[in-house]
Amino acid sequence: MIWFALRRLMSAVPTLFIVIFASFMIMHAAPGGPFDGERQLPPEIEQNLLAKYDLDKPLLEQFYLYMEGIVTEFDFGPSFKREDFTVTELISQSWHVSARIGISALTIALLVGATLGCLAALNQNSWIDYFVMALAMTGITIPSFVIAPVLSLFFGVWLNLVPSAGWGGGAIPNMILPVFALSLGPLAVIARLTRGGMIEVLRSNFVRTARAKGLPEGLVIRRHALRAGLLPVVSYLGPAMAALMTGSLVIERIFGLPGLGRYFVDGALQRDYTLVLGVVILYSTLIITLNFIVDVMYGVLDPRVRASQ
Amino acid sequence: MSSVLSVSDLTVRFATPEGEVNAVNNVSLDVEAGECLGIVGESGSGKSQLFMAVMGLLAANGKVAGSVKFEGKEILDLKMKDLNKIRGSQMSMIFQDPMTSLTPHMKIGDQMTEVLQIHKGMGHRAASSRAVELLDLMRIPEAKKRLSQYPHEFSGGMRQRVMIAMALLCEPKLLIADEPSTALDVTVQAQILDLFAQLKKETGTAIVMITHDLGVVAGLCDRVNVMYAGRFVETGTVRDIFYDPQHPYARGLLGSMPRLDEAKGEHLSAIPGQPPNLQDLPPGCSFQARCKYRFEPCVEDPHPALEAIGGGRKKACHLKGLSRDGEVVR
Repeated sequence: MIWFALRRLMSAVPTLFIVIFASFMIMHAAPGGPFDGERQLPPEIEQNLLAKYDLDKPLLEQFYLYMEGIVTEFDFGPSFKREDFTVTELISQSWHVSARIGISALTIALLVGATLGCLAALNQNSWIDYFVMALAMTGITIPSFVIAPVLSLFFGVWLNLVPSAGWGGGAIPNMILPVFALSLGPLAVIARLTRGGMIEVLRSNFVRTARAKGLPEGLVIRRHALRAGLLPVVSYLGPAMAALMTGSLVIERIFGLPGLGRYFVDGALQRDYTLVLGVVILYSTLIITLNFIVDVMYGVLDPRVRASQ
Repeated sequence: MSSVLSVSDLTVRFATPEGEVNAVNNVSLDVEAGECLGIVGESGSGKSQLFMAVMGLLAANGKVAGSVKFEGKEILDLKMKDLNKIRGSQMSMIFQDPMTSLTPHMKIGDQMTEVLQIHKGMGHRAASSRAVELLDLMRIPEAKKRLSQYPHEFSGGMRQRVMIAMALLCEPKLLIADEPSTALDVTVQAQILDLFAQLKKETGTAIVMITHDLGVVAGLCDRVNVMYAGRFVETGTVRDIFYDPQHPYARGLLGSMPRLDEAKGEHLSAIPGQPPNLQDLPPGCSFQARCKYRFEPCVEDPHPALEAIGGGRKKACHLKGLSRDGEVVR
């Protein structure tokens, strides 16, 4: 088990390196640079700026200098466009907003999605099942950038129940709409996965054995069926996290939240190389970590996997 | 002797998108205390579904009608809660595929002790020692250590032993074994059947052995019911049916068994044709299309009823008689 964890951690390092390298090269391959504006800078000034940020050096050397800063001093460089701020400062100001939204959305998607999926599986082909599946289909097909403004208009502007936008220092009413809009997609997928997993398990031989033993149906489901039925959901957690992160870029923009998404989108448009890379590194570390946790969870849920780990 | 299980006029139907499937048609049987009853038939003859219905384990699209009495008490219309008091404790079932019949994420010990906790209210310690006792009885070495292992750490034969041990935990009056040795290789099959023989001798539990293997029936059972297309076509003692089968299907089944006492080089006889489609049973006898003794009533009259033919035997056939060398009385 410990060896399994160590091996996984070792393989995370090259993965991360490749992600950084590819993002770095793609960013620099995009036309334009951080100091291109509507007004052409005098060539001398532009030259000075480029020299200050090492942008006049060959690309591989720039990459080497960037990595050196990260590895030796954990320094992700200054932001090119927001002067006086380092990338680390910008991220540490805003990450908690994205984290709160993301974690809330993931929790809700898991709890509500798994519950709805179970209900649908246990009442297969009843109105509950059809209702849940219709809801899930809606959640999957309507993108969050459509549902978010509609929610904001309906509950925020017309009904005036919750703030239609803004962070409000992280007040609960401000969080309701963005979290709901963000969780809807993953919630729908989790509901479908749970339903499918549970239906299959409820038909399996070992559930039949459990019933033949005279266990009450509640116990059959909780003790014998649920763990095996939820395995597909566990393997979806990695992609779900990625979906939440990319989804939050849009949601944060729509609701005007001061999260990481703003820096990521603005940074990419303005060629703020270091800022974008900083966010990419943070996101990929998170996804790699989550996938690692998922693999460990697999072992906890299924003893056969544990044996091979 | 009193009947442990008494089934009368049981019918099982499945609603499928292609129409209703008549898996079991008006079947009656009795199992006496301490005896072993064999149910023989080919795949799809409804023998498993009959006992799934008895255990209340039919799939959601299955409908059942008739009567099932356990120790004189009707159990077909029992609430799930009340049925759960009987199954697993007084009436247990063992299934065909031991590889998938145990919950993969639970330790063997937990899967066994939960039966005792539910039915007998035993504490963990008492339940564990009872589980060890039964694993010992099933000749599983190092039973105590095995309790904390998972199913994937057991071989197929070992898993089936665990299943049998689990079914016996509460000393049931009736044990239903649905092809318990079919999925295992031959030597392990023999070991499992030995266990059943030992059970029969030592515990006095009534056993229903569902199988398509006539060898199993011959070695273990007292009486046998031959099933074809959802009906019993012949019932009687093992001795009677093996030496003098009266129904052409039973005769065909026995004839298709390899025998050691026959001359080498002789071809095995087979029953021609296929079993009928249970969704669309032909009129008349369900075996007539494959029967070499067929005559007019077999096609024209409704399916023959299972009627006593003397000596405690019953058969469902229009033929008046069928002698050992194939002479027919119509």
